[in-house]
Amino acid sequence: MAAESKIDPMHQFQIDPLFGDLGSPFAFTNSALWMLIVLAALWLFMLGGMKRDLVPGRWQAAVEGVTGFVISMLDTNIGPEGRKYAPWVFTIFMFILFANLMGMMPFGILPGVHPFTVTSQFTITGVMAIISFSIVLIVGFWKHGFHFFSLFVPKGTPFILKLLIVPIEFVSFLVRPFSLALRLFVAMIAGHILVKVFGSFIVSGLNAEGVMGPLISLLSFLFIIFVSALELLVCAIQAYVFALLTSLYINDAENLH
Amino acid sequence: MELEAAKMIGAGLAAIGVGAASAGVGIVFGSFLQGALRNPAAADGQQGRLFIGFAAAELLGLIAFAVAMMILFM
Repeated sequence: MAAESKIDPMHQFQIDPLFGDLGSPFAFTNSALWMLIVLAALWLFMLGGMKRDLVPGRWQAAVEGVTGFVISMLDTNIGPEGRKYAPWVFTIFMFILFANLMGMMPFGILPGVHPFTVTSQFTITGVMAIISFSIVLIVGFWKHGFHFFSLFVPKGTPFILKLLIVPIEFVSFLVRPFSLALRLFVAMIAGHILVKVFGSFIVSGLNAEGVMGPLISLLSFLFIIFVSALELLVCAIQAYVFALLTSLYINDAENLH
Repeated sequence: MELEAAKMIGAGLAAIGVGAASAGVGIVFGSFLQGALRNPAAADGQQGRLFIGFAAAELLGLIAFAVAMMILFM
């Protein structure tokens, strides 16, 4: 793609060991560092809000707002047994939200120091999707045994249609963890590449001769501002969609339609 | 045709799928807005389904993008 030019939109996703190779699978990478930063931010957020004032201050109200949001989403989608999944769904919602937002932070002034989006790696979103899907399978088979397979057979379909529908439903069920992971990871990557490519236009425009160069730089800069606003929205939406789909799949396992 | 040129053309064709997905996402939100403006009281209850529909439509567009990236880089 841009092999010869010096502007490389994929560099922001590169994982580098930070302190040298401590024995190859255990190098402490920038990905691990940013996961720790997300953990620290999330910990501070929750710590600040876990007071028990009867009339909550702003921070406590924010934490209560988020927990109430996740619990009401579980209530709506799963019903009363949804409460016990609140730790997991809250964890993935907040982790993905904070990780997405940390990757959008605007500092790039020091060379080599740039924000790294943890959820832009398929391994990380893949692990979260696998855990969600495992919860679905374990709960489904524990609660319903082999009756769980009736999930793929909609009620009241004629036999001929059943022959067609059951394989399609089965395949679509198996694709679920892959689609969960892929959706989040590609949304993050696509947004960041878009911003980086237009950022490279700013630099190229300023270095070009003539009048059009700085004009293109200015237009690209305005474009980046609006795209970043859209990206912040997409960060929140993707976190919400991951948690919502997880709770829907758990509903499929708990309540079998 | 050289492999590099074919890769570029293939990635460009795969990116057309991303534009098709944008039409799908527009349809989802447009239908929601049409219904919401006719019956605003019922709109908030259906917001969850709005985002589910958006996620499904966007996923296919992102799959097209992933195919384009795979063609270019693999």
